[in-house]
Amino acid sequence: MNPWRNIWTITKRELGAYFSSPIAYVFIVIFLLLCGFFTFFVGGFFERQEASLVRPFFDWHPWFYLFLVPAVGMRLWAEERRTGTIELLLTMPITAWQAIVGKFLASWLFLALALVLTFPIVITVNYLGHPDNGVILTAYVGSWLMAGAYLAISCITSALTRSQVVSFIISLVVCLFLILAGFPPVINVLEQLAWPNMVDLITSFSVMTHFEGFQKGVLDSRDILFFLSVIGFSLFTTSVILRTHRAG
Amino acid sequence: MIKVQNLVKVFGTKRAVDDVSFSVSRGEVLGFLGPNGAGKSTTMRMITGFLPPSGGSVTVGGFDIVEQPIQARRLIGYLPENAPAYTDMTVHGFLNFAAEIRGLRGDARKKAVSRAVEMCCLEAVLHQSVETLSKGFRHRTCFAQSVIHDPDVLVLDEPTDGLDPNQKHEVRQLIRRMGEKKGIIFSTHILEEVDAVCSRAIIIDRGKIVANGTPQELRQKSEWAGAVTLRVKGVASSAVTAKLYQVPLVKRVTVVDEKDGLVTVQAFPKAGANGALASAIGEAAHEWHIEQLQVEEGHLDEVFRSITMPDTVKEATK
Repeated sequence: MNPWRNIWTITKRELGAYFSSPIAYVFIVIFLLLCGFFTFFVGGFFERQEASLVRPFFDWHPWFYLFLVPAVGMRLWAEERRTGTIELLLTMPITAWQAIVGKFLASWLFLALALVLTFPIVITVNYLGHPDNGVILTAYVGSWLMAGAYLAISCITSALTRSQVVSFIISLVVCLFLILAGFPPVINVLEQLAWPNMVDLITSFSVMTHFEGFQKGVLDSRDILFFLSVIGFSLFTTSVILRTHRAG
Repeated sequence: MIKVQNLVKVFGTKRAVDDVSFSVSRGEVLGFLGPNGAGKSTTMRMITGFLPPSGGSVTVGGFDIVEQPIQARRLIGYLPENAPAYTDMTVHGFLNFAAEIRGLRGDARKKAVSRAVEMCCLEAVLHQSVETLSKGFRHRTCFAQSVIHDPDVLVLDEPTDGLDPNQKHEVRQLIRRMGEKKGIIFSTHILEEVDAVCSRAIIIDRGKIVANGTPQELRQKSEWAGAVTLRVKGVASSAVTAKLYQVPLVKRVTVVDEKDGLVTVQAFPKAGANGALASAIGEAAHEWHIEQLQVEEGHLDEVFRSITMPDTVKEATK
């Protein structure tokens, strides 16, 4: 049997689960409200007088995701474990990998949908001026990859526990670390405390550092590789955790 | 269809399942009995490949569950304990998902779903969300999921748990009917179920198999098996007891009841009496007016208790 068919079956079910509960609608509404509010009021979109979305819009994404992505990912495995459906899922004729990838993909596509729904901002900036739409597109791609990295980390914490709240808090802390490691004020402090090599090493773990390139319109293979490897590693860790749970 | 060999599962320092071996062939319904925490569910989880065994092996339809898990799982329908189901889906959606992940598409899927729905009488709740179902319906929804692909092997963990008497009866009928063509293993702690559906039963206690046989054979293990109840008129109970103790096959006699000149006693056979006790007693009592002479079949629940009771409790009751 084609593994992608199994994965797609899981993905469809998960997507259905988002939209049959309030999570999807609450998430999308809050995400769009935050985007609008921060872009126009806090980000000073109009005061800047420039046809660009980088500073007023995309700069906020790592911070939005910090709270919103763990909320999307927290139920993935914790809920299965709490209700016992994990026993059904993992005794179906599919591999654990197909289940893991299928679930991850569903949440990632859901985040893609939320991102796509921010299109009025793109229309607005195009109406008002002549922005570089290539830069906007790469920034969107980067933003989605970053969301995927956060999400994969939420997968790990979700597999660790039956409690969605615990999962949410742990993944929030881990993601906060990934942000702060590249946050300019923190880098300044680090530079005074540690060797420059150390600072480079630490900042290279940050999503901020790697998102920066996308915001400039640069599709750097190293940045793409960074996000993809975070996703790959996290999903692998999830599979290990699920296996050790069952091994007892 | 199912072959379990020297299966072991260790949790920390506890041996939850300890060297369990048995097999189930097509057309057989195996009842899996045991007190709570005896290792029934753990064994079933290993058979279905949810838990990896710490030792030993399980093969389903010739496929090793660890080496060839996908092929083996395709043959299995599994109803886990407490009948979990995705609460955010409708019954129809859930069954569609189950059929699809079992590789059924298009028309085959539609047919499979409607067959399972009919089998488990789910028409009334088809478009209701699983969350809002009563326990009986939720149970049947999960049961429908396990038979959706018409599997060769069914593993049912307490399939009648939490159902009302009518539903229990239905599920038993269902199991017995399907047992003619499939290999079924189901766990329960309701002993009447064993009589009603099983062709064979295994009693498991603290991870070990302590009895294995047909319900009839298990009943033979009972102290009651072959015991004789005798009711006579117009004789004192002491005289009856004294007379019966002279019968060589009698191990013990107890007076059950004595009133209005009617005496009811029970005589238990010595080992190896093999059902000869009734005629021996009939002979000894021929000069009395016998109201009733009845041979007991033995009680499964008594066998179950005497086998699985912890030793400390056994001592205390002696």
